[in-house]
Amino acid sequence: MNKKVKLTPPVTDDMVRDLLMGDQVLVNGVIYTARDAAHKRLLELLEAGQKLPVDFAGQILYYVGPSPARPGRVIGAAGPTTSTRMDVYTPTMLKLGLKAMIGKGKRSPEVIAALQEYTAVYLGATGGAGALISKCIKAAEVVAFPDLGPEAIHRLEVEDLPTIVINDCHGGDLYEVGRREFARVR
Amino acid sequence: MRQIKVNTIINAVKDAAIQANYEKDEDMLAAFARGEQEEESPAGKEIFRQLLENARIASQERIPLCQDCGLAVIFAEVGQEIHFEGGGFAEAIQEGVRRGYIEGHLRKSVCHPLTRKNTGDNTPAIIHTDIVPGDRLHLTVVSKGGGSENGSKLFMLKPAEGLAGIKDKVVATVAEAGPNVCPPMILGVGIGGNFERSAILAKKALLRKVSDSHPDPELAALEKELLASVNDLGIGPSGLGGRITALGVKILMQPCHIASLPVAINIQCHSSRHVDVVL
Repeated sequence: MNKKVKLTPPVTDDMVRDLLMGDQVLVNGVIYTARDAAHKRLLELLEAGQKLPVDFAGQILYYVGPSPARPGRVIGAAGPTTSTRMDVYTPTMLKLGLKAMIGKGKRSPEVIAALQEYTAVYLGATGGAGALISKCIKAAEVVAFPDLGPEAIHRLEVEDLPTIVINDCHGGDLYEVGRREFARVR
Repeated sequence: MRQIKVNTIINAVKDAAIQANYEKDEDMLAAFARGEQEEESPAGKEIFRQLLENARIASQERIPLCQDCGLAVIFAEVGQEIHFEGGGFAEAIQEGVRRGYIEGHLRKSVCHPLTRKNTGDNTPAIIHTDIVPGDRLHLTVVSKGGGSENGSKLFMLKPAEGLAGIKDKVVATVAEAGPNVCPPMILGVGIGGNFERSAILAKKALLRKVSDSHPDPELAALEKELLASVNDLGIGPSGLGGRITALGVKILMQPCHIASLPVAINIQCHSSRHVDVVL
């Protein structure tokens, strides 16, 4: 039976092991954002042996490029982008101790294997619900790569950001199981 | 000759781009409400509920429907009796897009393909212009998201593959795209023409109302059959599993070369955003 839980970083291996495919997870506390461009820079820094702007150990990464905040607002629309584009960078991020990712869309077999190897979890947020999710974001600031605009790394403070476990650290894959349950062969 | 000042075009495009990103049209809202009723999967039902709530918040609190405010695509039907005054027609559209995305607090999502440097104002927009009889200017301003565009495909089929080949490609394209393209999706299918025409037909098909069906009964039946086949995949809202993977399949077709059977499948996420203006 699926459960509903809150998840607040720092995330431990035990917290990850407890999360199963289909569980509803309300994300709270401080999380970080990154899309393709930020990932590329992070890996370039690593290759050059330089320090990263954020310590990702125990953290949650949200794949999002928010729309600009109106004056006086925290942030604009902030729904998930397609995670698949980050797959090539993800095993390295997990090796650094990243524990959870929030996005939408399928992950590669390499990422799914890495979730098991490094005890991490992939959470899905509702794609295209950018206004709804925006309401869960209570503070936002750019902490790295400001020249990337919407693709800069932001530090977000979130309250009950609604997600669902797509890929757990035990090999569970909600996209596969959900699709099979409803597929019809005529 | 009828005179239209390009300033009028700039303002019309600006307003349309902003409206498209904040106001869900009635046609899509009705499709969401129907989906919430009809979807059998509890997780899928919840997604429809969230999409209705998202539309309410976007409109009332002035937050864009989606952070991906899209690449602007403009379909222009230009009456041949119009004379544009005060500047270039295409430049006026680009300026309207620029102002709409800046003044409307919309995300600028256009960049150099190789350096990935953002152009900063969401231009250049893609403009498709047709010259038509009369003295009216009909503009359709579309905000097209990148995720669903990435799942779209074009095939140059052999004529022998025929209708069966088209059906296979539509279903295979949706199966591959799956949760990545923000289902429940709408499919624009362009059949015939040539390489580039099929893609434009597919995109144009997405401008039709999600609730309509093709005036040609054979194509209407094909749309219905493709919708059923796609929904049999079980991908469901947000890809969590469910009966409703697509809300509609829209076909546009025109004659093609005797050697060819082009078919383009343009996927539209549920954040379908387009606004019509007639000047």
